[in-house]
Amino acid sequence: MTSPIIRFDQVTKRFGDLVVLDRFDFAVAQGEKVTLIGPSGSGKSTVLRILMTLEPFQDGSLTIADIPYHQPNGRGAFRATEQHLRKIRTNVGMVFQSFNLFPHMTVLRNVVEAPIAVLGLKRAEAESRAIELLRLVGLADKKDHFPSQLSGGQQQRVAIARALAMRPRVLLFDEPTSALDPQLVGEVLGVIRALAQEHDLTMLLVTHEMRFAREISDRVCFFDKGRIVEQGSPDQIFSKPNQPRTREFLNSVLPS
Amino acid sequence: MIYGFSYDTSSTYAYALSILPILGIGLIVTIEAALAGFSIALVLGLVWCLFRRSRFKALSWTTACVVEFIRDTPLLVQLFFLYYVLPDYGVTLPAFLTGALALGLQYSAYTSEVYRGGFDAVPRGQWEAATALNLSRYQVYRDIVIPQAVPRIMPSMGNYAVSMLKETPVLSVVTVLDILNLANMIGDRTFEYLVPLSLVGLIFPIMTTLCSVGIRGLERSLPKAGLALR
Repeated sequence: MTSPIIRFDQVTKRFGDLVVLDRFDFAVAQGEKVTLIGPSGSGKSTVLRILMTLEPFQDGSLTIADIPYHQPNGRGAFRATEQHLRKIRTNVGMVFQSFNLFPHMTVLRNVVEAPIAVLGLKRAEAESRAIELLRLVGLADKKDHFPSQLSGGQQQRVAIARALAMRPRVLLFDEPTSALDPQLVGEVLGVIRALAQEHDLTMLLVTHEMRFAREISDRVCFFDKGRIVEQGSPDQIFSKPNQPRTREFLNSVLPS
Repeated sequence: MIYGFSYDTSSTYAYALSILPILGIGLIVTIEAALAGFSIALVLGLVWCLFRRSRFKALSWTTACVVEFIRDTPLLVQLFFLYYVLPDYGVTLPAFLTGALALGLQYSAYTSEVYRGGFDAVPRGQWEAATALNLSRYQVYRDIVIPQAVPRIMPSMGNYAVSMLKETPVLSVVTVLDILNLANMIGDRTFEYLVPLSLVGLIFPIMTTLCSVGIRGLERSLPKAGLALR
């Protein structure tokens, strides 16, 4: 087996006195689709936010594509220079619960902004790629709309296209359907399901959609109190969980 | 005679009418000073604000002290200082430039706070999305934060623009030939102060009202979500 693309080694994350991740170990192989489940406040989203460099962590080590997050003698909360953090971020993309599209830009501009500004693509090339991606999420006809003119489900699909436009090796989904009306969840899950077929794309998904998690994941991790209590194949976790905490949680969220 | 216009003191109306062109020239100087001062305040305030938000503690701390000092000293003191003390160190600026600089400096302390409020009002998710897309800090401000902050800061900036316009007559103490200074000169020569000063007193509310209306219109024409970037 090749070395994992993501490796948490004894990572500890604190907010003041509150320990959110406690000597956390976790590794993800390239191309793996991993779902993180668990009660709110258990640290699942924090794992994604640390990977996206939105949150620093205090102890332990974390690498992505063999790049360590902390630099030796690194300064500041992130113990790394901005330049180093930007190198890390070229590997990662993120889809947020609240979409976070840029409201003052059209759909097309939302998708081409970073490829032009960061990757240095020519506008024409960035736009033709963006339209391809918008077609993939079924929204090519909305390219000149502003986000406020779209439904939540459409906005989230644009946000997925925007993240993909940066060609990340790892794509993080932080409760991508939690802010949506129930009838709009399906269209977003459909797009994520299609992405899960991409062999090389590594996906980490935090979700409360258990049936969906079971369908697309290679591995499911159950979080509680800043630790992975149990992990395994979706069938094992959902059909015959070993830990009483996992059973308890699944009973509370799955319709019996 | 001032600027080639002589005064007709035969009646109050004739007097008012005859000095209007002189006051008009002063009014232009006043407006120019306010425009120059406010442009300086807009740029410098943004610079202060960005410095204060810098990751380099020394820079943000020094800026905080400088801005606080500017805010806490009277405009008139700054004006005299720039006008009378700087030449001792070889920096001699024309009166108009000194005045605009003093106004701009003083108001930059206020506008920096307005910018801060505007930037803080941009939702956290916008910063996070910009970070996730790996935009540099410069690009985040230029393309994401400032276009969204502008509609939010327009009302406060408008207030400061109007209040600066009303403060420009202060520049007459350093010999800037603004509307108040000219009105005074006319009074000195005709021994008749009531009419010129009354006219100045009337022209200011008209100007500030026009200015306010213009700013309201500008506010309304801006979309709430930010400056539209196509």
